[in-house]
Amino acid sequence: MPTLAEASDNTSRPAILDKVKPVDMPRRPLVLNDRSYNWVTEKVCGIVEGKTPTWWWISFAIAGGMASFTLMGLIYLVSAGVGVWGLANPVNWGWAIVNFVFWIGIGHAGTLISAVLCLLKQRWRTSINRTAEAMTIFAVVCAGIFPLFHVGRVWFAWWLFPLPNSNWIWPNFRSPLEWDVFAVSTYGTVSVLFWYMGMIPDLGTLRDRAKSAWRRVFYGTLAMGWRNSSRHWHNYEMAYLLLAGISTPLVLSVHTIVSFDFAASVLPGWHTTIFPPYFVAGAIFSGFGMVLTLILPLRAVYGLHDLVNQYHIDAMCKIVLATGSMVGYAYMMEFFIAWYGANPYEGFAFINRAFGQYAWAYWIMISCNVICPQLFWFKKIRGNIGLVWIISIFVNVGMWFERFVITVSSLANDFLPSSWGYYSPTIVDIFTFFGTFGVFSVLFLLFLRFLPLIAFSEVKALSMPQADPHNHDHPQNRNPKGDH
Amino acid sequence: MPATDNNTFGIAATFRTAPDVYHACEKVRDAGYTRWDSYTPFPIHGIHHAMGLKRSKVPIFTFLGGVTGFLTGLSIVAYMNFNYPLIVGGKPYFSPVFPFPIFYELTILLAAFGTLGGMFILNRLPRHHHPLFDYEPFLKTSDDTFMIVIESTDPTFNEDKVRAVLGEAGGEDISIIQAED
Repeated sequence: MPTLAEASDNTSRPAILDKVKPVDMPRRPLVLNDRSYNWVTEKVCGIVEGKTPTWWWISFAIAGGMASFTLMGLIYLVSAGVGVWGLANPVNWGWAIVNFVFWIGIGHAGTLISAVLCLLKQRWRTSINRTAEAMTIFAVVCAGIFPLFHVGRVWFAWWLFPLPNSNWIWPNFRSPLEWDVFAVSTYGTVSVLFWYMGMIPDLGTLRDRAKSAWRRVFYGTLAMGWRNSSRHWHNYEMAYLLLAGISTPLVLSVHTIVSFDFAASVLPGWHTTIFPPYFVAGAIFSGFGMVLTLILPLRAVYGLHDLVNQYHIDAMCKIVLATGSMVGYAYMMEFFIAWYGANPYEGFAFINRAFGQYAWAYWIMISCNVICPQLFWFKKIRGNIGLVWIISIFVNVGMWFERFVITVSSLANDFLPSSWGYYSPTIVDIFTFFGTFGVFSVLFLLFLRFLPLIAFSEVKALSMPQADPHNHDHPQNRNPKGDH
Repeated sequence: MPATDNNTFGIAATFRTAPDVYHACEKVRDAGYTRWDSYTPFPIHGIHHAMGLKRSKVPIFTFLGGVTGFLTGLSIVAYMNFNYPLIVGGKPYFSPVFPFPIFYELTILLAAFGTLGGMFILNRLPRHHHPLFDYEPFLKTSDDTFMIVIESTDPTFNEDKVRAVLGEAGGEDISIIQAED
């Protein structure tokens, strides 16, 4: 691919270009104010190397306090039994599964940004992929808590894995719940590997800049002796591309299998083939909502406006808009198929969702997931950071309600009216879920404090025009000796 | 000829921009050196062509990992279903269909480990001590400086010639790097 600089050079210019006269459309810069490599290094490393800001300690204390709610909730649950949650016939999958799907869905945007957008050569991803991948991992941690404790006797949770036990019974591999064990644990592990490998060069930079001995040892150990050799980069880039390539089918499979937990059952409203793509789109939608919720305050607090600029926010808003519309389409299609399929139970399940006892939740879901993101059609709204942030919160809320509506409304009103019921969470449910936001924030704050929150070696390579080895015209590439 | 004793690791030259180091790599490659490397704060697009590197072998490790994962999944499910037959829903003890998600996830899991492990093996990492780390200006290559080092183990290594090649390629601060004792 010839670069712009080469194309404007008459000696290398193909003759056809003179005939067709292509329009010169410069790309929007990804790093504003024409920053130097060193500026990027200083900016990102400075966050980790500087003094711990007061707001960090305050947030950390609040987050720790919140996390203790999960801890207390779980201690109470383990000592008393799962009955302390609001689970009762006919709804035996309550907030636990709702929260699990909610958190695991949030994680999907991180993998989408790091893997799918890498394969699609979306350069803007470099400014946000590290943060988004961290979000993925911490979201998977929060997600894992719920099924783990939902098994009731958590000390037997290891029976989920195919390990020899004294009963000499193996797991049932026909069950989507068992597939979930493999899918989620693989997802968590591969996300950590991908995140870590992407971080090795940046950890090397932190090691090289380290002033104190403990920093040199800490970052040095993690950096594995990385020395920025081009021969190493060559293998590294291939490995990165391959990890992106294998994470893409992984991320699609994880939420597909999560949707199988529902779709492989016989319950009206769950037993539909649209679930896998619909769940994946919803996961990406909620994940990008969360990325926006996190990245906008970070950008303000650390002054990262040159690295995460309006271009990035526009791109993320457009993905929220696209996936939000897909989710809206899926809601409509479910209704259509329920009518077209002519199954009275299926038809009832959907009418009941919209107008039954959980109609309030359904309409919260519709307004947050379908109506709200449509505002992102307008450039003015995408440019209003405060409004974007508020909409991103609505997206998070809406997607939690989506899982609530799917899980609870189908279980509460199934085939036999005599077994219907109404599900409400208990205070233990609420505390445990509330606390996971604390768990997430504690982990995220530790990440901000100790690890580079922007993949700056990738930013330098892909988002900065002077990194192009053929871009001799860039002011920062003009050789003082003048031999180019 | 100034003797480069056995204690020399190589000779380093510094470059200021990505295009400079890219073209310098082409010159070093054309001069016929084999034991040399360039050090850049980020992967420079296409520099492996300028250095004459072959395609990376990481995919072999990914493939081996993936195959191992697939076969592991296949064998654990097959073994466990015959070892203690669970009759669920009248389905067969073994079929490649129902446990496919297990094979799929394990293929991905071990392919990912293979990829990361392959990258480390091919790069001979982790290696926490290297003569380059003792050369102060080298530490800037993880920030904004570019460097080429021609190693003394190269069959055609000759200090004067190496200095000349690096100087001609536009390198600055050409200096000898001591090997570890």
